[in-house]
Amino acid sequence: MELLKQIAEGVVGGDEKQVAQLTGQAIEQGTPPKRILDEGLIAGMNVVGRRFKEHEIFLPDVLLAARAMYAGMDLLKPLLVRDGIPSQGKVVLGTIQGDLHDIGKNLVAIMLKGAGFEIIDLGNDVSPQRFVQTAKDQGAKVIGMSALLTTTMAKMRDVVALLEQQKLAGKIRTIVGGASVSEAFAREIGADAHGFDAASAVERVKILFGEN
Amino acid sequence: MKPLLERLAAGETLVSDGATGTMLLQADLEAGACPESICLDRPAVLANLALRYLDAGAEILHTNTFGASPIKLSMHGLAHQAERINATAVAALRQAVGDRAYISGSCGPCGKLLKPYGDVEPDDVYESFCKQAKYLIDSGVDAICVETMTDLMEAKLAVRAVKETAPRLPVMATMTFDPTPRGFFTIMGVDVPTAAAGLRDAGADVLGSNCGNGIGNMVKIASAFRGQTDLPLIIQSNAGLPRTEAGKLIYDETPEFMAARVRQLLDLRVSIIGGCCGTTPEHIRAIRNAVDAGVAA
Repeated sequence: MELLKQIAEGVVGGDEKQVAQLTGQAIEQGTPPKRILDEGLIAGMNVVGRRFKEHEIFLPDVLLAARAMYAGMDLLKPLLVRDGIPSQGKVVLGTIQGDLHDIGKNLVAIMLKGAGFEIIDLGNDVSPQRFVQTAKDQGAKVIGMSALLTTTMAKMRDVVALLEQQKLAGKIRTIVGGASVSEAFAREIGADAHGFDAASAVERVKILFGEN
Repeated sequence: MKPLLERLAAGETLVSDGATGTMLLQADLEAGACPESICLDRPAVLANLALRYLDAGAEILHTNTFGASPIKLSMHGLAHQAERINATAVAALRQAVGDRAYISGSCGPCGKLLKPYGDVEPDDVYESFCKQAKYLIDSGVDAICVETMTDLMEAKLAVRAVKETAPRLPVMATMTFDPTPRGFFTIMGVDVPTAAAGLRDAGADVLGSNCGNGIGNMVKIASAFRGQTDLPLIIQSNAGLPRTEAGKLIYDETPEFMAARVRQLLDLRVSIIGGCCGTTPEHIRAIRNAVDAGVAA
């Protein structure tokens, strides 16, 4: 459908006003909200994610695209709730205790929202207890942790240990990422997945939900 | 001391120091702590490190003030200490080395994204850099180094803040680039020609790059800068990208490996060569020797 394609293009171009206006138009025309989400907003963010991964576009383009996507999402959300359309799943995100670098984590949040997940973003400097408690309270099945500093990475192990201690391992899965975090480190601390970059983090989170 | 810019204009090559942050993390800095808090607690640690770099042959020493702009310090609840942090950082080095080296005030990014991409007003960022510049200049720095920038707008605000505060103080400005299939770009999408033109227009006296993905890439970045400008260049490379081993940070590029690429930097007429994350006094000593040998050759 032409209108949905234009919404996707608006997201790619970071045109907040256009996306809001076209999304409103699509809703008025009676297009199912889930279709607007999938074929408009998410389709657009998929293009953005791929281009960012290929270095065709950079952080500013992604941030503007995300803002455009949110403009459409704000209009769709009440309708999706009304229609009882479940999100792809809930993910708790944050940078680990002691780490204030959140650009990477924010990118992952944007990409996950763009893929239809519900994100509970705890921000920076999040303690292991808070990660686990929030996931329990909110019924989130995945905890995503980011660390840029090697000095803070070790705290990720505490989250995994806390889940095991509370017999939640396997029920609440963990994914780790950030400049200093390697696949080998993820395995070493017993995390369920490692996201090399924002795009691969989304792929891994989808797999984690598939396994649940 | 002869003014820094006179020596650069005469075609001299100077060696600057290596890493501060990763050196402090080896022994003196707690995981996740604010690196600039050491200025308040233990300035002697900074003086000792400066003396080690001086002994290794560095003639330009950067202050431990990378994150000491008020906006950045506010993330650690230390904005109210900005003046003291910047002043003690400069004083620690000056007391240690006197006039045996130029002291360069380090100004890193504010740590937030500027509008329209983030939520910080460019005017607030400018004001924050003006304050830091004033504290550093009042404390007697010989130059200021705006470094590790990825957003050109922010880099220009920082350069202008210094030039507004002290028009004649030398300003070095460096950005951090990643290799992509289409050439080198910062994560914010700035390429070398755009960076070179923007930093020059803002008033930087010395341009270049720091941090990054190892000395091999830095040679290519230096070459790209040289193709754009005749201004003096500064290159301060990481000792490669770190990897982790049992939770410890390992930088693979040895002093010998980095020093072996100095010749190429000299051929590109790079004026200031130093190190960034992962480099040590041993790296700087090797670079010093390679510069001396290269200049004599």
